[in-house]
Amino acid sequence: MSGKIDKGAPPHAGSTAYINARIVDPTGNAEYLGAVLISDGKIADFGPNLFASGAPYGIQSVDCRGYYLAPGLVDTRVHTGEPGEEHKETLESAGTAAAVGGITSMVLLPDTEPPFDDASLIEFVARRARQVKLANMYAYGALTVGLEGKELAEIGLLAEAGAVAFTDADHAVANAQVMRRALYYAKTFDALIVHLPQEPALSGGTMTSGATATRLGLSGCPPLAEVMMVERDIRLAEMTGGRMHLTKISTAESVEVIAAAKARGLRITCDTAAPYFALNDLAVGDYRTFGKLVPPLRAEKDRLAVVEGLKDGTIDAIVSDHRPQDQDSKRVPFAQAEPGGIGLETLLPISLELVHGGHLTLPRLFQLLSSKPASLFGLPAGRLAKGAPADLVLFDADYAWKIDRDDLWSKTKNSPFDERPVQGRVLATIVGGRTIYRDDSFTTAAAFA
Amino acid sequence: MNLFFENSTRTRTSFEVAAKRLGADVINMDVATSSVRKGETLLDTAMTLNAMRPDAIVVRHHESGAVNLLSQKVNCAVINAGDGQHEHPTQALLDALTIRRRRGSLEGLLVAICGDIMHSRVARSNIHLLQIMGARVRVVGPPTLMPTDVEKMGVEVHYNMKSGLKDVDIVMMLRLQTERMQGSFVPSISEYFHFFGLDRAKLQYAKPDALIMHPGPMNRGVEIDSEVADDLDRSVIHEQVEMGVTVRMACLDALIGGQRNQFGNLA
Repeated sequence: MSGKIDKGAPPHAGSTAYINARIVDPTGNAEYLGAVLISDGKIADFGPNLFASGAPYGIQSVDCRGYYLAPGLVDTRVHTGEPGEEHKETLESAGTAAAVGGITSMVLLPDTEPPFDDASLIEFVARRARQVKLANMYAYGALTVGLEGKELAEIGLLAEAGAVAFTDADHAVANAQVMRRALYYAKTFDALIVHLPQEPALSGGTMTSGATATRLGLSGCPPLAEVMMVERDIRLAEMTGGRMHLTKISTAESVEVIAAAKARGLRITCDTAAPYFALNDLAVGDYRTFGKLVPPLRAEKDRLAVVEGLKDGTIDAIVSDHRPQDQDSKRVPFAQAEPGGIGLETLLPISLELVHGGHLTLPRLFQLLSSKPASLFGLPAGRLAKGAPADLVLFDADYAWKIDRDDLWSKTKNSPFDERPVQGRVLATIVGGRTIYRDDSFTTAAAFA
Repeated sequence: MNLFFENSTRTRTSFEVAAKRLGADVINMDVATSSVRKGETLLDTAMTLNAMRPDAIVVRHHESGAVNLLSQKVNCAVINAGDGQHEHPTQALLDALTIRRRRGSLEGLLVAICGDIMHSRVARSNIHLLQIMGARVRVVGPPTLMPTDVEKMGVEVHYNMKSGLKDVDIVMMLRLQTERMQGSFVPSISEYFHFFGLDRAKLQYAKPDALIMHPGPMNRGVEIDSEVADDLDRSVIHEQVEMGVTVRMACLDALIGGQRNQFGNLA
């Protein structure tokens, strides 16, 4: 994708009208032709009848030419390499990739070196985000010291410093007692605990168990490892009354168990990552290490169940689970390869497959990508409302192209979606009224100049 | 060029003998004393060796898929001499050749592969090849040593020797690959031998003229009793080794025999 990143865009001042846009309003569950008026970085007004006869004289206006305008994506699961592994991804390169992907807010995982188990690191992220001046960046606090799953991290102090939720990233908390205490203790601050449910004793394999793993001679991680932990977490959340969010749901059984828990009225929420509704274990193919993820890509029946879970609302949100890995980590035999795939730039086009495939409407998709994750994590983002920050994405939902890892802006190129034909691309990304990214095909709009 | 990242006596020697009988120059890379031990990555090793312009590299590696990865980076022939738990194609070829010499054809034969199926690349390669050649394949072993969904490879799964060996023409025993095991898969060697070791009594379940095969190295008293392993009427274990050289000569000849390489030298 060729376009222009504009870190230097000044703070938005005055008023800008985005007219002639197909507006996607997730919280209003509506889609219509209309306009959005931005004043001083905030949404001042929006609606189908706004400026129906053209923007008034004196207001800067942008003709959206009938393309979609929606709240920017809120990605609550982003690994970067800063601090510690800046050769893989810095906050600046991640912010750039996010801007290109239409992501206006992201929550950074704490598994850096050192991990975010100290308040000073939360402040470090906030300071770096102000310098980078791209997407809004928030940070998770570590749930346990050193992400080791043994002793609770300073949840209260981390929350005070700005941590929006608590997690041990891709490490599951194996000890039920530790998780029980964490859920109890976090209630003091009404803090959200995000957990990757994988029973560690069963998830030592390198890909999902099944015919493909058997044929390739790779050790298997059974889907059972996930649902067992989901069941445990549901019981603990029920018992403690704590706020539990399960992340990267990948199996049919987990979707079923979570749906049942929700039907019982429990405060359980969950998300899935784009690879789990778009790919199955065949993507590992002949030892493609870009397809090595945590949890591993599952069978086709699991993928279909995840799609159903997104349709019926069992799954609350979609994340990119962006995890950069350099060549040295991936160009090795499969079992030795580091897991993870990048996803910031491909999150929107891959998710749009759910719309093109007839599974979701656009407003529903943006509930999963924007409004729901924002409200779960308490972020001032993800919705169209008067006074809300003007974080928007302008996109062409139909533009057909093929993902080429060498064209991605991320510092590393480990996309599990490499060479996949997709539809939809971002034309402009607006954060607080500032246009931080603009696709080359959209630069002819005079008002942007 | 023999490149072995994992210990091997018979396969490496077999390839060496095969290549030398064909008149090739053979270089054995001993990985234990090479730069791999100094931290060189697999692909760097591959590219370094490739620059020396070998006609073929024979590779064994302890990780599944490693030979596939290496072959993407070199422009000579690459022969898989066993990669992790994935495949050991020349072993399957030599097994098929041995069976064909004894039985004339593989068509319609019933073959039982017994023991540690999960960790065995020999089992996987044989499952593919024997079925292509028209044989029916059973796998026999304890459930803990059976890979998930193995029946999707077209085989019949048995968890005891009595039903597994019933009416079979060929009994192929596999070694317990303790070096690949993480944790306990069977309670003890003696219990394993009692239920899954091939001895005279269990051999009675098979056809009276059933052949005994083993890819080696054998662990006598673990998966096979000496009495049956050394039974000259039934055991073809040494013939397998002999056919190994033959098959590897054939593979080398098919891949690089009689061709001139890019410098005009006869390979």
